[in-house]
Amino acid sequence: MRQLFAIAAAAGFIAASAQAGPGPDEDQLEIDGLKIVTEVKAPDDHPLDVIYSGWRFRTDETQSLQMDDFENPAMVAVEYGIELWDTPAGTSNKSCADCHGDVEDMAGLKAITPKWDEAAGAPLTLEDLVNRSIKEHQGGEGWKWESAEMLAMTALIGMQSRGMPVNVQSDGPMADWVEKGKDLYYTRVGQLDMSCANCHEDNNGQYIRADHLSQGNTNGFPTYRFKWQGLGSLHRRFSGCMKNIRAQPFKRGSDEFTALEIYLATRGAGLGVESPSVRN
Amino acid sequence: MAKVKPRVKVPKKAEVGEVITIKTLISHPMESGQRKDKKTGDLIPRKIINKFVASFEGQEVVNVDVDPAVSANPYFQFDMKFPGAGTMKFEWTDDDGSVYTAEKKIKVG
Amino acid sequence: MKLTRRDALLLTAGAAITASLPLPALAATPEDIDADIAAFTGGADVKEGGVEITAPEIAENGNTVPVEVSAPGATSILLLAAGNPNPGVATFNFGPLSAASEAKTRIRLAGTQDLIAVAKMADGSFAMSKRSVKVTIGGCGG
Repeated sequence: MRQLFAIAAAAGFIAASAQAGPGPDEDQLEIDGLKIVTEVKAPDDHPLDVIYSGWRFRTDETQSLQMDDFENPAMVAVEYGIELWDTPAGTSNKSCADCHGDVEDMAGLKAITPKWDEAAGAPLTLEDLVNRSIKEHQGGEGWKWESAEMLAMTALIGMQSRGMPVNVQSDGPMADWVEKGKDLYYTRVGQLDMSCANCHEDNNGQYIRADHLSQGNTNGFPTYRFKWQGLGSLHRRFSGCMKNIRAQPFKRGSDEFTALEIYLATRGAGLGVESPSVRN
Repeated sequence: MAKVKPRVKVPKKAEVGEVITIKTLISHPMESGQRKDKKTGDLIPRKIINKFVASFEGQEVVNVDVDPAVSANPYFQFDMKFPGAGTMKFEWTDDDGSVYTAEKKIKVG
Repeated sequence: MKLTRRDALLLTAGAAITASLPLPALAATPEDIDADIAAFTGGADVKEGGVEITAPEIAENGNTVPVEVSAPGATSILLLAAGNPNPGVATFNFGPLSAASEAKTRIRLAGTQDLIAVAKMADGSFAMSKRSVKVTIGGCGG
């Protein structure tokens, strides 16, 4: 079916559909009593008036799966994450818990990653931080970006920040990365010659065929997607978007995707962390 | 998912005769047998949970024959009339013969 | 304006590249459905109505569609998806401790189609209901 979309988009159908249409809905996200901000008035220099979580663009059925931690199918991964957190590994035979204690102490981390790391001289994503810890402190190999283990761990750590506002540093040494991400966001690429902005800035709230376009905010990753029938990383989603517009995707964990992740986090600042969210 | 893991949600206690809702989910790819390997073009063999049974103190509550059209990470929700304190047992049977189980005690109160 | 399947097809027809479109999996035939129902009922008469099927009118993705079946007094309910390559979805058998003859699950639908639920009642009679579910095929999300 991707072919259909590609053909339609190439024929300018997206532009043709850019009329007043149904935007985000009015539903409010609350998970077991925890209210999560899905709508933030954008600052004056922001290209959008109001910043909305992708949750607000989904149908009631999809939304409801995220409103109950038992119904949320990502929670099996979170439970696997807890197991991993408590299991000694690597040459040190230490578990995450041996150094870090309760995983609840990770609260706040997801909201501020990617974060600048002086020693690395670069920003580190949550995946980078997990692997650095495994390599340096456990004496392990590290996990692949999209492995069940990495997804389980990033979902578990991300969940500790649930409801906290996304607040990634954008000044100082991060400013260059924000700029780089912004460039990528507005650069048309691929055979369809489209940028992120063509869909997620200019046409969010519209439909591409039957798919309700969100603003492309990142506050819910890793996300359980029906399409994937499982949990996936933000960089996997980037990769999917790029394939949809017939572009050669960057690699997961590449500087390009990290820069884009940073730019999108600053663009969606203030939205509540939803990890692990549920999307279509 | 690396491993098949069941999850169940039952109340810890209930009044005798009360109707309680039971929710279950198991991490499983539910490979339908219809998909092709993207690299080789070969059909990926079917591997699903084909049976789910929930019982309480040996008495059946539900018994489900499952086809490949049930989604990955199969979810089942149903109601039980609580007969009195005891143990609820859950059993998922895989095409490969594996049986995954879970148990929960429910008290009167 | 929504871009409909028809629009997209019309658009592509002129471009003469329809041959490159992926063929959808073959749906089950009415005979397949009848055979599945007959296997469940043993060929007995089936009364229309009496089974409640709760499902979204429009599902965002066919991989995970929440569905609930309910038929007070039923001992088992057969759920079929008429437009899938294999129509069988599940058969729920309710035991003595079941409070209400209802169950909820999440299913795969290959496209817009009818769900069919057939209930076997305690007295041995059968009842059947249908419900249509539209499955959207997204540009990116689907």
